[in-house]
Amino acid sequence: MNTRRFGLIALPYAWLVLFFLSPLVIVIKISVANEAVAIPPYTPLFEGGRLHVTDANYLLLLSDSLYWKAYWGAIRYAAIATILTLLIGYPLAYGIARTPVRWRNLLLMAIILPFWTSFLIRVYAWIGLLKENGIVNHALLSVGLIDTPLRLIDNDFSVLLGLVYAYLPFMVLPLYAQLEKLDPALNEAAADLGARPLHIFWQVTLPLSLPGIAAGILLVFIPAVGEFVIPDLLGGPKTLMIGKILWDEFFTNHDWPTASALAIAMLVLLALPMGLMRRLLRGIA
Amino acid sequence: MNRLSLFLVASLIFGFVFLYAPIASVVVYSFNASRLVTVWAGFSLQWYGALFENEAIGRAARVSLQVALIAATGALGLGTLAAYGLVRYRRFAGRTLLAAMTTAPLVMPEIISGLSLLLLFVALEQATGWPQGRGIATIAIAHITLGIAFVAVIVEARLSAFDRSLEEAALDLGAGPVRVFLTITLPLIAPALAAGWLLAFTLSLDDLVIASFTAGPASTTLPMVIFSSVRLGVSPQINALATLILIVITVLVAGANRLLRVR
Amino acid sequence: MQIERLTKRFEPDAQPAVNNVSLAIDRQEFFALLGPSGCGKTTLLRLIAGFETADTGVIAIDGADMAGVPPYRRPVNIMFQNYALFPHMNVARNVGFGLRQERKPRGAVDARVVALLELVKMRALAARRPGQLSGGERQRVALARALAKEPKLLLLDEPLTALDRKLREEMRFELKHIHQRVGITFLMVTHDQEEAMSMASRLAVMNEGRIEQEGSPEHVYENPANRFVAGFLGAVNLFEGKVAGAEAGLLIVDSEAGRLAVAHSPLAAGTAVAVAIRPEKLRFMTARDTTTPNVLPGIVRTIAYRGEASTCQIELASGQLVRGTMSNGDGKAPVFLPGAALSLSFTPDAARLLQS
Repeated sequence: MNTRRFGLIALPYAWLVLFFLSPLVIVIKISVANEAVAIPPYTPLFEGGRLHVTDANYLLLLSDSLYWKAYWGAIRYAAIATILTLLIGYPLAYGIARTPVRWRNLLLMAIILPFWTSFLIRVYAWIGLLKENGIVNHALLSVGLIDTPLRLIDNDFSVLLGLVYAYLPFMVLPLYAQLEKLDPALNEAAADLGARPLHIFWQVTLPLSLPGIAAGILLVFIPAVGEFVIPDLLGGPKTLMIGKILWDEFFTNHDWPTASALAIAMLVLLALPMGLMRRLLRGIA
Repeated sequence: MNRLSLFLVASLIFGFVFLYAPIASVVVYSFNASRLVTVWAGFSLQWYGALFENEAIGRAARVSLQVALIAATGALGLGTLAAYGLVRYRRFAGRTLLAAMTTAPLVMPEIISGLSLLLLFVALEQATGWPQGRGIATIAIAHITLGIAFVAVIVEARLSAFDRSLEEAALDLGAGPVRVFLTITLPLIAPALAAGWLLAFTLSLDDLVIASFTAGPASTTLPMVIFSSVRLGVSPQINALATLILIVITVLVAGANRLLRVR
Repeated sequence: MQIERLTKRFEPDAQPAVNNVSLAIDRQEFFALLGPSGCGKTTLLRLIAGFETADTGVIAIDGADMAGVPPYRRPVNIMFQNYALFPHMNVARNVGFGLRQERKPRGAVDARVVALLELVKMRALAARRPGQLSGGERQRVALARALAKEPKLLLLDEPLTALDRKLREEMRFELKHIHQRVGITFLMVTHDQEEAMSMASRLAVMNEGRIEQEGSPEHVYENPANRFVAGFLGAVNLFEGKVAGAEAGLLIVDSEAGRLAVAHSPLAAGTAVAVAIRPEKLRFMTARDTTTPNVLPGIVRTIAYRGEASTCQIELASGQLVRGTMSNGDGKAPVFLPGAALSLSFTPDAARLLQS
């Protein structure tokens, strides 16, 4: 390796080792430390020349059903939201790919724009719509469809709605990229050989869009599992997701070792999908 | 074929109404004269007025802008170097690790990035005395790390599609490597650099979770202010603030999109 | 297959892509639609396949009107120019795709697929994906796939364009051979006149959405109906002029190159015409030989050696450049070098009269 090369790569390399890799090592370290009334609130790894390692935090995660429920809750919410996003996002992406070229860029822009605009604001918007005296209830009451306001917020429905809404562009974009690449002659060839429109979809379009579907599923599922803002703002006290529990352990209970153990648990859960995602990303680049 | 098209048109309409109706409701009610979010009481700009007199929000906005400018610029530099190294140097010791570290933050849940960086800063302070407490610098470092990944992915894609023979033609015509980079490579990847910078900038402006972990008491960012206010309920002032943010970002993105298309 | 007065416009006010086309193709014919790109030949093919809908006119196959019949119910299959093989299916599944749509029993589908792969000599590669095939192999698979359902009419959209030159010439013979074996009507679209003439039993020349001329390759080549056909199908030399009169059963034309005699029915004196003569019908003579009619003195400018013959550019006294073909056959014919003076001549019945 010559010096120019080294100089070029050394800077980002050092930065990422220091600020991406080593923090993860520290999380592992603190997850095996004891909670302590100190600043920082955990026991050091080495003290008096001896190594202090404890499995207490992990045992706590395993023994307390709250963590299990949060773990399972995150998977469940994320999985259902991913399926719903796929069901809404696929026809949307297909529709955009099928519109005439001059409209396509505009529609694509319209999908990307919410992705750039504040996540927090988009989640916040639903509070105004869904709360008990919110816009949706108000509208339904005034047209006489309902007599008493519906409970639309602080439940499973609102959390799923928020997740689907926030992550829909993540599903549509890779699907569109895949569908747009498909040669229309393939559809014509299938029709010419006697396949009806629905069969063409099942036998040609859908199998050829599988890479896009895989990318979309991972892009939605991974961040949804770790989501904190949506369950916090749109979910009620019964909404248990691992991200929300982690936040509470850290900011409310100041239990850094348990928060770290939760982070490691989440990483283990996401290791497989994250690995898959990296492979897909490499395929695209 | 026609039935399918009808279904697709319906999906498009449903999809875009779903995406934009909530945003539209925020914008519309920011001009509502009433404090109640659901009752329309006539057009008013009073919440915008109140917003500009709100010192906490003004301070937070300045912090956010400072952080975002530093973060986007830092991420652009480091991300471009990483992408250039990854695309142009096919083999070097630790290449796989660099590739992994540049893409992993893309899929890393923010809450883990935030927690781990905070723990690093605390440990560093304990060991070396730096950073003294947390503030704009620590948030910016966290956001640079996140932004590197996004910049690198965009620039990497652009560099991979780049026709190397253009650079070879310039070398053949007598331009030195530095000259070639400045006059050929840089202009051709400029759209990707602009897009990368802008993405890093908006991500930083938007981030709540990582900033919450890495901010100090004197460096509250705009999303943090919005979040603590939103937890207490819907407020028309937040609607007004949201509208302003939406306008700024829409203008920026539309501008960037035009930049990218004129090549 | 019968086409009557077919018209298709893509934009309401634009020039029609297919303009009032009528065409009849017999069973088991190998018919070629020949024309430059953008002449409407591909649109015509897509109308027959059912991917486009005509504004007016009728397409009938075996007497059945195809109006409103979707592509998947037409007894027509098409071989696409880029082959449009399904990338996620192997060769055998691609070929069997159409048969599976008819829900034929698996055994029957498999047997037919094997027979087709045998026909196109691709049986050994049945398990490959299209991405692992060469251009020629893909073409064979596309052909087998389009033949699988034994369509009444097989449409071929520029079937050989994507292949390199040597392969293209081999595939011409092979396509003809397969045509004879399967007994299916072939309708081929091409911009390559050599391809059309060497493969088709009948052809039609299209231009700007219209059919300019239709007939056997020999007939169309020897008797082009107009300047476009004459120029598109092979090379031609044109001498513009006016009819001067008739003499001994020949029509006399006063042209820029002098007085020319052509075998043609009488025309009124003064009619503007062009005398068309193919390069290979021009005889090369030494400069002094002026005994025969239709003699054009000139000087050889350039010679392009092509192996079996040489193509020469000759500048006539009028300044007009004329193309001639000099055979390299037996070494007895006189050989001319660039700069040499010579005379070109042709017999009155070798030339054709084109009216403007």
